[in-house]
Amino acid sequence: MYPHWLYSARVTDKPTAPDALLPLPPATFHILVAVADEDRHGYAIIQDIEARTGGELRLSAGTLYRSIQRMLEQGLLTEPRERPARADDDERRRYYRITPFGEAVARAEARRLSQLVKMARARGLRPEKA
Amino acid sequence: MRVYALLLRLYPASFRHEYGVDMAEIFARRRRDAVGPAARGVLWIRTLIDVVTNAAIVHADIVGQDLRYTARTLRRSPGFAVTAVLVVALGIGATTAAFSVTDFALIRPLPFPEASRLVKLWERTPGYSRMELSPANYRDWKQAATSFSSMGTYASTSMNLVGAGDPQRLEASWVSADLFPTLGVAPLLGRSFAEADDRAGAAGTVVLSYHLWQSTFGGDPDVAGRHIVLGDTPYTVLGVMPATFNFPASTVAGSTVDLWTPFRFDEQAYQDRNNNYIVAVARLRPGVSVAQARAEIQVIANQLKQQYPKENRDTDSTVIELQSDVSRQSRLLLEALAGAAFCVLLIACANLANLLLARALGRRKELAVRTAMGAGRERLARQLVTESVLLAGVGGAIGVGVASAAVPLLTRLVPTNLPTVGAPSVDLRVLVFAAVLTALTGIAFGMMPVWRMGREAHLEGLREGARAGGGRKERLRSALVVAEIVASIVLLIASGLLLRAMWRLQATDPGFRVDHVLTMRTSLALPKYESTTRRAAFYEQVLADIRALPGVANAAYTSFTPIVMGGGIWPVSVNGQPEMRSEEHTASLRFVTPGFFDTLGIPLREGRNVSESDTADRPFVAVVSESFVKRFLSDERAIGRHFTFGLSDRTVVGVVANIRVRGLELPSEPQVYLPYKQVADGNIIGYVPKDLLIHSSLDAGALMPSIRAVIRRADPQMPISNVRTMGEIVDGQTASRSVQLRVLGAFAMVAFLLAAVGIHGVLSFAVSQRAQEIGVRIALGAQRSDILSMVVGRGALLAAAGVVPGVALAYVAGRMMEALLVGVRPGDVATFASVVGLAIVMTLAGCLMPTLRALRVDPITAIRTE
Repeated sequence: MYPHWLYSARVTDKPTAPDALLPLPPATFHILVAVADEDRHGYAIIQDIEARTGGELRLSAGTLYRSIQRMLEQGLLTEPRERPARADDDERRRYYRITPFGEAVARAEARRLSQLVKMARARGLRPEKA
Repeated sequence: MRVYALLLRLYPASFRHEYGVDMAEIFARRRRDAVGPAARGVLWIRTLIDVVTNAAIVHADIVGQDLRYTARTLRRSPGFAVTAVLVVALGIGATTAAFSVTDFALIRPLPFPEASRLVKLWERTPGYSRMELSPANYRDWKQAATSFSSMGTYASTSMNLVGAGDPQRLEASWVSADLFPTLGVAPLLGRSFAEADDRAGAAGTVVLSYHLWQSTFGGDPDVAGRHIVLGDTPYTVLGVMPATFNFPASTVAGSTVDLWTPFRFDEQAYQDRNNNYIVAVARLRPGVSVAQARAEIQVIANQLKQQYPKENRDTDSTVIELQSDVSRQSRLLLEALAGAAFCVLLIACANLANLLLARALGRRKELAVRTAMGAGRERLARQLVTESVLLAGVGGAIGVGVASAAVPLLTRLVPTNLPTVGAPSVDLRVLVFAAVLTALTGIAFGMMPVWRMGREAHLEGLREGARAGGGRKERLRSALVVAEIVASIVLLIASGLLLRAMWRLQATDPGFRVDHVLTMRTSLALPKYESTTRRAAFYEQVLADIRALPGVANAAYTSFTPIVMGGGIWPVSVNGQPEMRSEEHTASLRFVTPGFFDTLGIPLREGRNVSESDTADRPFVAVVSESFVKRFLSDERAIGRHFTFGLSDRTVVGVVANIRVRGLELPSEPQVYLPYKQVADGNIIGYVPKDLLIHSSLDAGALMPSIRAVIRRADPQMPISNVRTMGEIVDGQTASRSVQLRVLGAFAMVAFLLAAVGIHGVLSFAVSQRAQEIGVRIALGAQRSDILSMVVGRGALLAAAGVVPGVALAYVAGRMMEALLVGVRPGDVATFASVVGLAIVMTLAGCLMPTLRALRVDPITAIRTE
């Protein structure tokens, strides 16, 4: 009684426009920035973010890998097959690389953020000097 | 590190496998960095928070993904989705509706504090397991018993409220002062009765029900202290009970008790130990079980037997939980309903499992591909369970909707003697029940294909041209179909038996005229009508005026309309034998006016009717039923024989045909009719004729205005209540049955259809999976008839495998509800034969399409696909 139309299904993911993912969660944006110049492994990403933010943002392992998993699914990151030819390369470690789509999204987010800052400045809200 | 590894288990397995090592490494570095116990502590707390929150988010992410994926796949196979949802909705709907009614009537605690400690006490005599107590026995039991922290008593009555608008007949209850404290309920307003209100000679006091307070007294906050007139006696209102309080349950279906007033027993009331009319309720002392209390009361009853050998010789005791004070009949009706609903749920679940298995089989390739692409078993399992939980959830939601709509139709099945207010509805308890049921259905049956999948080699699905999922899977599906057949056979036979029982009941002759008889009650208030002469004047005037109305053939008064009141049982003593209260020595007592037998069309077999000349100063006479003659007068000539009954010696002057005074189902005691004038003033006052019966060709609507006018002329303060036709009363006897039968019948039909669909499904699937084999056989010269017998043979095998245990189980079910069958045997051949016949039709119908398809298999195409 269960003819083919009852249970067969095929599913494809539709491509998404970069703007559809905005605004990005801060962790996602930071991770994109961290892998923008070179492929990094998880701990290196954490260290890079920590260094760039002067120790202010220290991602936890859970947040990092949860974000990475989601970013892999969204197509913002890939895991490259070839490993960086470096002395400190660790066989067991997994490296992450930004995709062209990831770059587009990061750029779009940066644009969004700078526009926000511009708007704030136009109303006289200037960031205080640290 | 081991602790961290354990914490990581909170993440989904797929996530852990992917990132667990890297996360552990990061944690190890952090731990190396943290020096000192304080830093370590902070690290652990942070880690804990990190793992818990992120694991939750990852899980939610996956659920979201799975839901989206499921929604997409289901949208692409709407036929499957709709079928599955409907199947679940049916199962959950039926079960939820049945549960809400059963829960309301049988399961949920009564609305009293610590209700489980409340019990009812009854006298027990041979043939009567629950008989009211006499005040004297009540007093003795109460004084001697130590099992109870308190005990109270009540009896139902009715009173006429005058002076507050139209005269109103109220459902009232006599209570002892300790009844409300025993139940643990305090008045909402004012006070309830004190010991002093409950003494002989105390001033009349009442407590109002919330309903009466609102309707008649406009919710007056100062009602306590107000004076009202009941009958022609003044009473003072003491207080108002809460809206949720309805105890004792009204004896009149559909109404609730309106007010309470104390018994105020005098010494006279304690004289007669055989005047049973009060019911005792007691609260068990903490730590005392019902069984202990039962044993103690029986010991006391035994002592009273020795102390009062004449009156108490046959008097034993019954103690039951107040909660289970629901008639066996109502309980059985509800249990049958719940059982049937459960059957429907099982069938629905079996069908859902079959759908999911078939779908999993069809998606084998897709799943294998996903496995090959790296999706772990756990992810696939989650995906499948999400799908079935989603289906079950949607189905469950619709099912609850169905149940909400169905519950009001089932309220007829709720016993009328429940001391609760309101009607069953789909409330929080029921919703929780439905949710749990839905979740179980979704998870259990979603897991089935997963569990199957786990046993198969993963790559098998990828093999091109793989045949059916192996014999095991097909066996499981066949087993599910067999279960469906079993359940549907049980339901069909149970419905069939109950249908036969109802037909038998409806064909039962009550022994009196049912059509064109209108009944109503005019309760003659005391003490105004305490004197027999005064009552006689009222009856004479009313009856004469009514008989004079156009369209009225005859009219009469009786103590109680038959069936409406089945009790009123008194011991009979012939030839000076001592009075005994066992079933074989009692008869029903009714005072009637002349014209009673004619109005109800009860044929006179011998002698004469009661007449106006049977007055109190003439010898006391009685008209008895044939069953009375048979039981008490050895079936010999009855006219002129004497017996003692209803406090006096009586002479038989007439014999009439039997009537079913207890109703269509219960056996009725022999009947004794006494002339309404032959009773001493104030004697057997509960039996004062107050029910008016009118035989008329006109309907109630046309007749009532003139009858109201007649009664208003005779007594402007006389309320009229309970206006019903005899037809309604007799139909009421089978009303709850016919509701139950309709529900059961609907369940059975649904089960039957689902089972047929199940057979069809299994065979279709088998045929499509074995198309090649069939093609090869045809190519090798098999005849069409061989193919035919192959498919039909399997169908017949499935049906037989279901019918045989189904019939056996149905017989067991029939035995269990034998009390509902009014003499239809649980193994009724006609019912069983018709159901087995239906099962054959069902099998043939289920086989039809698959067989045609098998016959149309083209050997060339079938073989070529290999």
